[in-house]
Amino acid sequence: MLSYISGIITFSLIYVIAAVGLAIFTGFTGLFSLGHAAFFAIGAYTAGILTYFYDVNFWLALASGGAMSGLVGILIGYPTLKAKLRSDYFAIATLGFGEAVRVLLENLEITQGARGLPGIPAETTLPVAAGVTVIVLWVARNFVHSRYGRAAVAVREDFVAAEMMGINLFQVRLLSLVFSAICGGVAGGLFAHYVSFIQPSMFTSYLSTQLTASVVAGGMGSITGPAVATVIFIAIPEVLRVASMWRLVAYGLLLVAIMVFRPQGLLGFRELSWAGVKRWLTLGKAAGQGRG
Amino acid sequence: MLEISGLQVKYGEIHALRDVSLKVRAGSIVAVVGANGAGKSTLMLTIAGLLPPAAGQILYEAKPLPRQAYEVLARGICLVPERRRLYANLTVRENLLMGAFLRRDQKGIRADLERMYKLFPILHERLKQYAGTLSGGEQQMAAIARGLMSRPRLLLLDEPSLGLAPLMVQNVFKTVREIRDQGTTIVLAEQNAFEALAMADDALVLETGRVIVAGSGRDLLNDPLVRKAYLGIKH
Ligand SMILES: Nc1ncnc2c1ncn2[C@@H]1O[C@H](COP(=O)(O)OP(=O)(O)OP(=O)(O)O)[C@@H](O)[C@H]1O
Ligand SMILES: [Mg+2]
Repeated sequence: MLSYISGIITFSLIYVIAAVGLAIFTGFTGLFSLGHAAFFAIGAYTAGILTYFYDVNFWLALASGGAMSGLVGILIGYPTLKAKLRSDYFAIATLGFGEAVRVLLENLEITQGARGLPGIPAETTLPVAAGVTVIVLWVARNFVHSRYGRAAVAVREDFVAAEMMGINLFQVRLLSLVFSAICGGVAGGLFAHYVSFIQPSMFTSYLSTQLTASVVAGGMGSITGPAVATVIFIAIPEVLRVASMWRLVAYGLLLVAIMVFRPQGLLGFRELSWAGVKRWLTLGKAAGQGRG
Repeated sequence: MLEISGLQVKYGEIHALRDVSLKVRAGSIVAVVGANGAGKSTLMLTIAGLLPPAAGQILYEAKPLPRQAYEVLARGICLVPERRRLYANLTVRENLLMGAFLRRDQKGIRADLERMYKLFPILHERLKQYAGTLSGGEQQMAAIARGLMSRPRLLLLDEPSLGLAPLMVQNVFKTVREIRDQGTTIVLAEQNAFEALAMADDALVLETGRVIVAGSGRDLLNDPLVRKAYLGIKH
């Protein structure tokens, strides 16, 4: 039971890393990606191949997975962002990118096609995932509070006005995309070394959609919001596993409910903080006393 | 200071500017007058680097103007766009600070904030208010102040009087003169032809993308064609 719970937590944290990365991109520049599963897959395969075929050190493989995803992020981001594609066209371009990567993985020699890679060493433990999550959250937080973070918010709110303020639209967007690609790659690497077996069909647009849904449901412009949303989305289907098919229905209903009752997402553009939680608790207590 | 010659700008098939030439002397106010759709905003956006010219050249201080908006701003040209485009979800103060995005001199920025409060006393009372909740006139003030926070040497104002009551229009134009007197050159696009021409050193009239008359502000005020078409004065 304990290992089951720690398994779910590890699993959630892996997705939290990817979602926080995407939150920096979508939540702070306003561009939607429907292909982030590709970065996840690239990281998973790069890291997995390195440890599986070449016995590379796990951490080095993880970093390489992130680096490879970041590199691909530059390759895909450079032409699409330079061309200033409108947000909907950009989303379609990323959708195509995601599918292209999956097809590539299915046909490459080194990835062993659709059969996938079985027997990747299981290196990802709960402490490992937790440690990486903390690092990613810390970097993301620093990014948001930097000049680039402010620039990114300005870009999201009104990119034409942002350009008039002297913000280099392309640079800010590319930087956010690359950061999110690296996060996706690292998450993928952790994933590969957690489940020990990867195949291309694990990284479909369903995964991309799920990541984007977490960011939107958690709050565009928040980091902790998407993190919390991801945990909820991963944990609830797991908890409801006994109810088999109904869990997908519950998942859908939850998403619809959030969008109807909190269109700005769980946290809007705010962050979860200890001070905030305390204030909320004391408010609750005060209200309780008032009633009592 | 700024010299535009033979400028053409297209939106796909639509030819929005045809062979526009314009000279801006340092320290002057230049008015660009014209009816709806004449191409005033197109001209402003092109100078600011937000639209690419199809032909022609723009020289700024004898050098070609860069083609990226952020580079243009770095060279000291700032556009206060039509309809203001303030950040509605940021406070007035945060909006002003956005204007100083490229600057790193914290001291200078603080000093300039104070300068803005002197120039626009209304804003001083509303620093913590979200820009989206300001009145139209206050928003225009905030937009101009945000533009000035970048310390431009050339300020492009696109229809600052849009949607303002006559008294407020007077107010804005008075401020424009003050800004010029403090040393900033101004290009002003306006439909309020009379006020704009009265205060402009130089002016030009755009009609469907062409310059139909150009001269000093006073000349244009007395030009029979302009009087008839834009000032509504019949002989
Ligand atoms: N993004 C665009 N795409 C296509 N055509 C455009 C676009 N923006 C402007 N135009 C066209 O270019 C012409 C000039 O427009 P512009 O906005 O420069 O006029 P304007 O003089 O600023 O008018 P107004 O006083 O109404 O603001 C118009 O015919 C307009 O329809
Ligand atoms: Mg206009």
